[in-house]
Amino acid sequence: MSIELNAVRRRSTPHGFAFEPIFEGLCFGAATMLLIALGGVLVALTIGGWPAFSKFGLDFITGVTWDPNPEHEVYGAAGPIVGTLLTSALALLMALPVAGGVAFFLVELCPTFLRRPIGTAVELLAGIPSIVYGMWGLFVFAPFFASHVETPLMSAAPAGSIWETVFSGIPNGSGILAASIILAIMILPFMAATLRELLSTVPAQVRESAYGLGATTGEVVMKVTLPYVQRGAIGAVMLGLGRALGETMAVTFIIGNSHGFPKGMFDSGSTIASTIANEFNEASGLQSSSLIALGLLLFVITFIVLALARLLLRNQVKA
Amino acid sequence: MAVSARLVATRRLSNLVFVAFCGVVTAIALTALALILYSLVTQGIGGMNLDIFTKSTPAAGTPGGLINAIVGSIMMSVVGMFIALLIGILAGTWLAEYAGESRFGAVVRFLNDVLLSAPSILIGLFVYEILVFPFKTFSGFAGGVALAMLAAPVITRTTEDVLKLQPIALRESGVALGSPVWHVIRNILWRGATSGILTGALLAFARISGETAPLLFTALNNQFFSWDMAHPMSSLPVVIFQDALTPYPDLNRLAWAGALLIAGSVLGVTIIARAFAKEPKR
Repeated sequence: MSIELNAVRRRSTPHGFAFEPIFEGLCFGAATMLLIALGGVLVALTIGGWPAFSKFGLDFITGVTWDPNPEHEVYGAAGPIVGTLLTSALALLMALPVAGGVAFFLVELCPTFLRRPIGTAVELLAGIPSIVYGMWGLFVFAPFFASHVETPLMSAAPAGSIWETVFSGIPNGSGILAASIILAIMILPFMAATLRELLSTVPAQVRESAYGLGATTGEVVMKVTLPYVQRGAIGAVMLGLGRALGETMAVTFIIGNSHGFPKGMFDSGSTIASTIANEFNEASGLQSSSLIALGLLLFVITFIVLALARLLLRNQVKA
Repeated sequence: MAVSARLVATRRLSNLVFVAFCGVVTAIALTALALILYSLVTQGIGGMNLDIFTKSTPAAGTPGGLINAIVGSIMMSVVGMFIALLIGILAGTWLAEYAGESRFGAVVRFLNDVLLSAPSILIGLFVYEILVFPFKTFSGFAGGVALAMLAAPVITRTTEDVLKLQPIALRESGVALGSPVWHVIRNILWRGATSGILTGALLAFARISGETAPLLFTALNNQFFSWDMAHPMSSLPVVIFQDALTPYPDLNRLAWAGALLIAGSVLGVTIIARAFAKEPKR
């Protein structure tokens, strides 16, 4: 009774075995494509923006003049950079307490029968395209803001005081502050939903023992549950900041789109993203290169923020 | 006991302030968001009519609709989703099944997360540089690629997450029966993870269908109805952007109608995705 060796060999290699390395290669290739995509963005922006960097050097970052007039072209990105950082910081400042309040309310205070509907609504709103927020800002919010906030505040500001400077600008409803408010409303649902998800990961025993010791709701949140998810919460905030920094549509509609430093909260300004969105299709040559260089600056800023956010959020929550 | 009475009083008071703050702030936030939805629905329905689905985008003052933009959006999203599904599922599979604890796997995972929330306008600039500038024409295909770059990280992430939820024993029993690993992945793991991957795909689809910024420099816009992906192509978000910024009321109305269409379909797709996700409790 002899078994033919070759037949055994043939049977012992499973059907389709030859495809094994090819399949793994395909998967590996796809994963590498993602790396190449991100690396490609960096390389393409650097190459495209190089003429602007080499011509203006450091002045590109510190210069205030953005003048596409072909007679005396000069591009300084300080205005859009400051506009980006200022609107994002203001938006974060406004959205953070509200998002925190909503998350605390949903986790600690909300009646049970409202918890699911409100929570779901907040999560759904986080997915609404930003262009909708921009349109609402332009058509509904700006007229209201101009007549009910800007005009009264400007006339109420005492002459010569700091408030007069802060509230200077044209009261037409668009400008730095209006853009910040729209940005804040836009990142609010996202931040609230992420914070809520984080807070709901706190084990029930931890919260219950705090309550058991006689802590009030405020003390439980501020001294027990929030510190418990501290790292993740900072990560969630940074993720919201990353969104605000790179947001194009919600801002372009309402920031007023003028170059240079904004002089007051109601003055029009620009962000990096809004400048690119407005000018890139009409630009050529040095202007086009300067816009791509702006994009590279935005990439670097957001990459730092997002990388920090991801490191802090790691394994805590999926967002 | 005067001190402790005062302490209790301050603690009560500060708690009252905290609770009131949370309640008020939630009310304000929900009101603001409800106001946005309210204007979206009222203004959008005001602009709705049959022309929207039968005519192409008009010049100011003439009647017209959005059919070229609707079809363009769908075509570019389909192309984008096709590429993103191909890359996302394979990359997610690699991260879950082959990467293990390797350093390269950690790098890919991390950078994928960064790509997930990278500013979409930069993706638009990148695709302009590689697909529009060299070929000297804006194209629907370039728009699809830009959308794919936004969708792929989402699908990669979900695929990896749902594959990792599958029990190790499932893999072991497949291999023990004599199947090659890729057979196990294809016939057992992917099949078990279908609803999870589908959820991720729907969420990615919802995300890209509202994106404007990456299409501005890639697909541009097209006034006329077109099936041709090799040339500029219209899309809903870009039409909304351009029509909203004109001073003409009829174009503004069209923009509102388009915004309602987009927001409605995004919400619809998200709700379907959540329904899918709920079935097997994760």
